[in-house]
Amino acid sequence: MMAFPQPKPEAPQLPQHLHRTIDCKQGAVRAVRFNADGNYLLTCGSDKSLKLWSVKGEALLKSYSGHGYEVLDADSSYDNSQICSCSSDKTVILWDVGTGQVTRKLRGHAGKVNCVQFNEEATVILSGSIDGTVRCWDTRSRRFEPIQVLDEARDGVSSLKVVQHELLTGSVDGRVRRYDLRMGQLHVDYIGSPITCVCFSQDGQCTLSSSLDSTVRLLDKSTGEMLGEYTGHKMKGYKLDCCLSSKDTHVLSCSEDGHVYCWDLVEGSLSLKLAVGKAVVQSLSFHPTETCLLTAMEGKVQVWGPNPEETQEDV
Amino acid sequence: IMAADSDGEEDFVSYGTALEPLEEDEPLKKPIPLHEQTVTDEKGRYKRFHGAFTGGFSAGYFNTVGSKEGWTPSTFKSSRQQKAEKQHARPARPEDFMDEEDFGEHGIAPTEIHRSDEFASGCRNETAEMARAVNAQASLIPGDTLLEGFIRAASSSIGVELLRRMGWKEGQGVGPRVKRKARKQTSDSSRAYGCVLPPGGSEESEDDEEFAPENVTFAPKDVTPVDFTPRLGVQGLGYRGLDPGMALLGQAVPEHVDLFRPQSESRSKLFGESSRGKRRGGVAGQAFGIGALEDDDDEEVYHKDSMSRYDTVLAEEDPGDSLFGWTAPQQYGKTKGEVDASYLGKILEGFTLAQKPVEQKTIFPPPILPSNYRPMHRRPGVEVSRMSGISSALAEALRTSRGHMVTEDPQKGGRHQLDAGQRGALLGESTQQGPGSVMDLLRPEDRQRLLNLRNSSNPPAAQITTPDTQSALRAAVAMASGMAAAASSGLRQQQEALAAWKGKTSTQTFRPFENIPSKQARYEQYVSRLKQGDQDALEQSLDSGMTEWERSREREEFVRASILYRPSSSSLSSRFTSAKQQEDDNQVEVSRDEEGDVDDKEAAAKMKMFGKLTRESFEWHPDKLLCKRFNVPHPYPESVMVGLPKVKRDKFSVFNFLTVSDSQQLIGELRLQTVDVSSDRNSHPALSSANQESSDEEEEEEEEEEEEEEEEEEEEEEEIRPPMDLFKAIFSGSSDQDSSSSEEEGDKAEEEKKGKTDANHLNLFSIGTTSASTPTASASTASASTPTLTPASSSTLTGLLHPPLRSFSFIICRRV
Repeated sequence: MMAFPQPKPEAPQLPQHLHRTIDCKQGAVRAVRFNADGNYLLTCGSDKSLKLWSVKGEALLKSYSGHGYEVLDADSSYDNSQICSCSSDKTVILWDVGTGQVTRKLRGHAGKVNCVQFNEEATVILSGSIDGTVRCWDTRSRRFEPIQVLDEARDGVSSLKVVQHELLTGSVDGRVRRYDLRMGQLHVDYIGSPITCVCFSQDGQCTLSSSLDSTVRLLDKSTGEMLGEYTGHKMKGYKLDCCLSSKDTHVLSCSEDGHVYCWDLVEGSLSLKLAVGKAVVQSLSFHPTETCLLTAMEGKVQVWGPNPEETQEDV
Repeated sequence: IMAADSDGEEDFVSYGTALEPLEEDEPLKKPIPLHEQTVTDEKGRYKRFHGAFTGGFSAGYFNTVGSKEGWTPSTFKSSRQQKAEKQHARPARPEDFMDEEDFGEHGIAPTEIHRSDEFASGCRNETAEMARAVNAQASLIPGDTLLEGFIRAASSSIGVELLRRMGWKEGQGVGPRVKRKARKQTSDSSRAYGCVLPPGGSEESEDDEEFAPENVTFAPKDVTPVDFTPRLGVQGLGYRGLDPGMALLGQAVPEHVDLFRPQSESRSKLFGESSRGKRRGGVAGQAFGIGALEDDDDEEVYHKDSMSRYDTVLAEEDPGDSLFGWTAPQQYGKTKGEVDASYLGKILEGFTLAQKPVEQKTIFPPPILPSNYRPMHRRPGVEVSRMSGISSALAEALRTSRGHMVTEDPQKGGRHQLDAGQRGALLGESTQQGPGSVMDLLRPEDRQRLLNLRNSSNPPAAQITTPDTQSALRAAVAMASGMAAAASSGLRQQQEALAAWKGKTSTQTFRPFENIPSKQARYEQYVSRLKQGDQDALEQSLDSGMTEWERSREREEFVRASILYRPSSSSLSSRFTSAKQQEDDNQVEVSRDEEGDVDDKEAAAKMKMFGKLTRESFEWHPDKLLCKRFNVPHPYPESVMVGLPKVKRDKFSVFNFLTVSDSQQLIGELRLQTVDVSSDRNSHPALSSANQESSDEEEEEEEEEEEEEEEEEEEEEEEIRPPMDLFKAIFSGSSDQDSSSSEEEGDKAEEEKKGKTDANHLNLFSIGTTSASTPTASASTASASTPTLTPASSSTLTGLLHPPLRSFSFIICRRV
């Protein structure tokens, strides 16, 4: 039997077409996040509210209020049943998605909490704060103390990511720390400049870190060697996000000049400079599987797709 | 009433059910004939009575067979397959084939609760009964053991059962059989009461027995068990309640009163009493008069008192009469021969008279005081010369009370101006070791200067010759300032250390360089030389093999340590107990794996040589629960710790947190941390002129004496503060363009001068760039305070501090 020839791999598409703009009406949008499957999005507002939207229908599904100050980050669990969010009010809140009620309010950080993540099974919430600690909160028990406090950072923790048994944190002390739970190891990579955002690549082999020297660096996870360096954007004073595309083909980063910069991962060349607006692109989030990008600027969230909007609407 | 009459019966209220009106033409209802009356059981089934009216029972279905279908037992199952099973499971019982009526009250197998044979009153424990009967005499309510007699377990205990098997019979004593004459039995031979009290009488009676076969052994006599019922009620020891038998009859000799005590008959037999006197029925006595049934008419109806009932003589009366009334002890009259007559009736129940009289204590009279004795005590140890500082009133008091003449004139000032040593001498205490006052620690010139100072400032009227604690403090302040003045030159410090240590013999307990034994040995050598007064103590004790730089450094440390821990403080500390775990206080937990040099990494990062140069790996212990939640096996299953491995280090210096080498050398710099923290009070620029500052303090001292105590603490800090160049050496050691939290203001100014190259960057993350030199201590203090936002530029500042609409941006906050 003859095997069909492999289809020619299409050129990776980039989310270069603006599909829609959502006015979130919650003050400045501090962070925008896809949920686990990419069908919903979460926006963290400076008016203390957290909103859940449908990406397709751009409909507001639910607004979660309970924070005492602006919401800085949020994450949804793998089964979409729970949301965790963190805020400047030093708390982390675990929400029940359906009812919108606060399941748990976790206090313990000494300063505002910059970033929050569920682990894969949503059994632990990890939150990084300006107080220099990462706290691991148990969602299963009724304990209000964290399971463990990771106080290795010497300055505020600006970003953290969890993939499987690994925790990646970026700190203002200019170091990227990777905690390997399985191996019982802590790997510290010195970057030098304060880290604003860290990411794992989808294949789990690389780490991406953006820092305030307006550079995004791709490091080999195991050795710490630099695989790529991406410059051109402006990131001097704000905590802006960076990310990898869903197929690890491109590196994306916010910029203070109102653009989203998109580099080719391997070549390091700028492949797209997406003009979002005049203000600072605050946050961005890439769809977990599709080519779809969310950006947040001021009070609005933009949804970007690979094709013009007409075709997208037909789908 | 009128209306009722007119309206007829309608207005009457009727109660009850009216009978059906009889209709005359209707035939009278006949009662149901007997054969038509039916009886149903509880399930409504008709019951037929077979045969005799009472004995018969109905069986079967409507008086036929078991069921509608015929004789088929409901529980029938073919046993062909289930034969074995059924037999194994449960053997058929008779109940399986019985009707439920059979279990009823009148059935053949009633299943109701009925009295078991286990409990029966037939069998009696005679011995226990007897004991109870004896005890009932003393009980408050006579006859309250009656109820117990009704219910009694028939089954005897295993002990009784065993005894019976061994041939014991009830009523016999327990033990080997005795060869003696048969006991005298009471007239009623069927009642074999073993215990007959008192034993003496019983033995006597035994002798009277005429027939006693030689070869027959007898069971030992039974013993009445002692009844240990607890005493209830509030009556005192030895109290006996009213004995109705005696009270009613008004006689001392108890007689039968069957009314209250059925056992009294047996009791009387028990004690071998025969009923005497005339037996009467009914109640008779003082208060009751004579009943109708009494035939004894000559008895007095009402009680008449007569003088013969009272004692007229204060003398021992012949016992046996009504001397003790009915509360007389039980054995009274029977044991009278054994008991001393003077104790009769006074022995409480349960007590016996002592066999031996109590030994008399001989008490000697006190010696007679001589006529010229004066009750005064003279203290032998106090010398006249030490009585100098006392007030006139005290001297007077002493003179009159002790007869002790105070030779010297009492000085001005009361006893409150005595110091501790003088007061101790007054009290005859031995003097404490070490210097008595802080003044002793001072150099003579300092002391003289102090005295001059005070003499000039204080009016002579208020002059105090004895140094008190206030002046001692002042002296310490002066000394501290003097030392601070000398801090600039190492030579003067050495002189001071020499002066402090010279001639002192106190043992040095503090070991500042304990971590480096050789260094500690050199230090001890230095100290011992100091004690001998060696001028070249320092140079001789230093290691000549070291480099000049190391030696100079060590020299400085030694001098500083010797001044810090000079014997004055050790003499003070001799009055306190040292803590048990001092080494724990001096140590702090720090990470075992220190991060390497940041400079190298920074250089590597600048050269984009990421990898081995910038990567560091540590052993890290996750929490067990965290591993569980992550579904990951714990990497170190035996580990009990969490986080990075920690080791203990000395905590003398904040620089322990930075690098190991530095901390070892600077270990003597105690309290550097406090100096660092309190920088707002004494800003560092002022530090350089420590000399000047201390001299200023000296001048202020004259004017403001009250503030001095507060400032003393500050002064001491000043005293131990290292020179400025040390700070510079430390801070410039880590990185050259650094800023540190303690020098923030100065640094900012510097940066402004430096130029605009990376100004925003530096401003924002000044700590981030200095990174390694940021002590964790400052991080923890900063985290407590509210972080302030420092923007990248002034344009974004406004947008950030006044969110959100001007600039919807989010900034990384700088740690302050």
